[in-house]
Amino acid sequence: MKKSFVPLAVVTALLFVIAPILIARAPYESEMLLIQKIFYFHVPSWVAMYCGLLVCAVGSIWYLFKGNRVADRYAESAAELVLLFGLNGLVSGPLWARKAWGVWWQWDAKLTSALLLWLIFVAYLLVRKYGGPGSEKLAAAVGIFGAAVSPFVYVSVNIWRTIHPKTSVVPDIVKNPAKGFAAPLLVSMLAFVLLFVLLLMVRVYLAAHQDALDELYLAHED
Amino acid sequence: MKPRHLAIAIWSIILMAAPLFAFQPPPPGQSEFVPIKELPPSEQLPAAPLLVIAYAFFLALMIFYVWTVWRRLNRVEREIHTLEQRTTRSSR
Amino acid sequence: MFLRTALLVLKKDFAIEVKTLEILVTTLFFAVSCVLVFSFAFVKEGQAPPDAAAGILWIAIAFSGTLALGRTFERERYAETLRALLLAPAPRPALYVGKLLGILVLLALDALILVPLIALLFTAPLFARPLLLLLLLAGGTVGFAAVGTLFAAMLIRSRTRDVLLPILLYPITVPVIICGVRGTAALLESPPDETTAVMWLGILFALDVVFLTLALWTFEPLMTE
Repeated sequence: MKKSFVPLAVVTALLFVIAPILIARAPYESEMLLIQKIFYFHVPSWVAMYCGLLVCAVGSIWYLFKGNRVADRYAESAAELVLLFGLNGLVSGPLWARKAWGVWWQWDAKLTSALLLWLIFVAYLLVRKYGGPGSEKLAAAVGIFGAAVSPFVYVSVNIWRTIHPKTSVVPDIVKNPAKGFAAPLLVSMLAFVLLFVLLLMVRVYLAAHQDALDELYLAHED
Repeated sequence: MKPRHLAIAIWSIILMAAPLFAFQPPPPGQSEFVPIKELPPSEQLPAAPLLVIAYAFFLALMIFYVWTVWRRLNRVEREIHTLEQRTTRSSR
Repeated sequence: MFLRTALLVLKKDFAIEVKTLEILVTTLFFAVSCVLVFSFAFVKEGQAPPDAAAGILWIAIAFSGTLALGRTFERERYAETLRALLLAPAPRPALYVGKLLGILVLLALDALILVPLIALLFTAPLFARPLLLLLLLAGGTVGFAAVGTLFAAMLIRSRTRDVLLPILLYPITVPVIICGVRGTAALLESPPDETTAVMWLGILFALDVVFLTLALWTFEPLMTE
């Protein structure tokens, strides 16, 4: 895993260099003009966040039923990245909304459901931090429930309110590369996913060290 | 196949299907994005600063996160180091 | 065996509760004071907005449900009875079902008082479609209590359980609350909007199935130390 880190980091850095150029050269969207360019890293943020959600859920299940410490490290690290990328999405969203809709925040389906899912993973980290001994299992349950509830959060909030552009906007853009929106979007999406993987590796490395330290303390006490 | 396994298989299919069942088309209403142009000019914000803020925030956030991880890692490694030293000293 | 264990756990909780009625009375009072506080927030010029009653009903149920969950498991923790139960050679999921039934009975009694009270205070036509309202309440409380019982049982070992329970419970059960509130609000319209209520009911029951299955599935590994 260590071996793949450096080449991955180089590729990610390259992508992050290319992406702004592509974004700058992409045509203006006819209605939203300049502000639409937030789109190229607003959507990838959410993609990275959902990657984190998935990794956290799988890691939690693995840890809960197999007792695998490594899986727990992945779950914890992924939850932290959910927090990070979610925060990015939650900040860039209102900045876009202020220009496009005239308000910072709308109780719209996607905003609300994203906020709720984000809150679940904040709760996950709070449990880990303040839950005391044995909180890893508890947190694993939160991770599983959080992932299971996510489609329902989406569906229920979606019916409740909708002003956000439909999700079909993204597939449409990918299907019509002629418009010139697809390349920058795909590049920045790839860049974000790779960044997510890199950060996950670093964070898991940290978690492994923390576990090693805990074991050392235990051995020292004996 | 044991009946138990069959039951688990059926149940997991039901579980997978539950969100699909729950999914119902949203009520008719505003489905596509409608830009706000009716706002008075005083309410309109220039786009460029917002865009710059958004990108700067992303950059700052990532740098901050990497910094926190780096700091935590340093602390853990330092502690591991001192502990190891102490154990070797005490075992001597 | 499974059902008998669950019923035994329920009977045990019931026997303790009947002696003092502590949890029932305190949570009921809490729920009623919730209703009052929210009515101060919403009522303008002697009138509340038409669908405020739905929101207040569900908030009162969720808040008092959290209180009931905390108290029930505090009792178990205090007497260390849950540990004893876990040591018993009984299927663990049955213990979960037993505790869940206990919470459901409490919440049902809660709703029994709350619904007429809210209907009276807000002149809300809650009884226009009694069957649909009953189903919504049943679906909502089952979903809420299924997650709540699992988390409260897990948190018994944690020092910060009082704070962590609501922190975990509310974000995860928000879809349940949305379904409950919107479904009830649809019933409050005149004439009652049955199709919308039935749609929310469908989502609610799908949620219940997922929550119950997950809880039964994870209870065993969660409660083993």
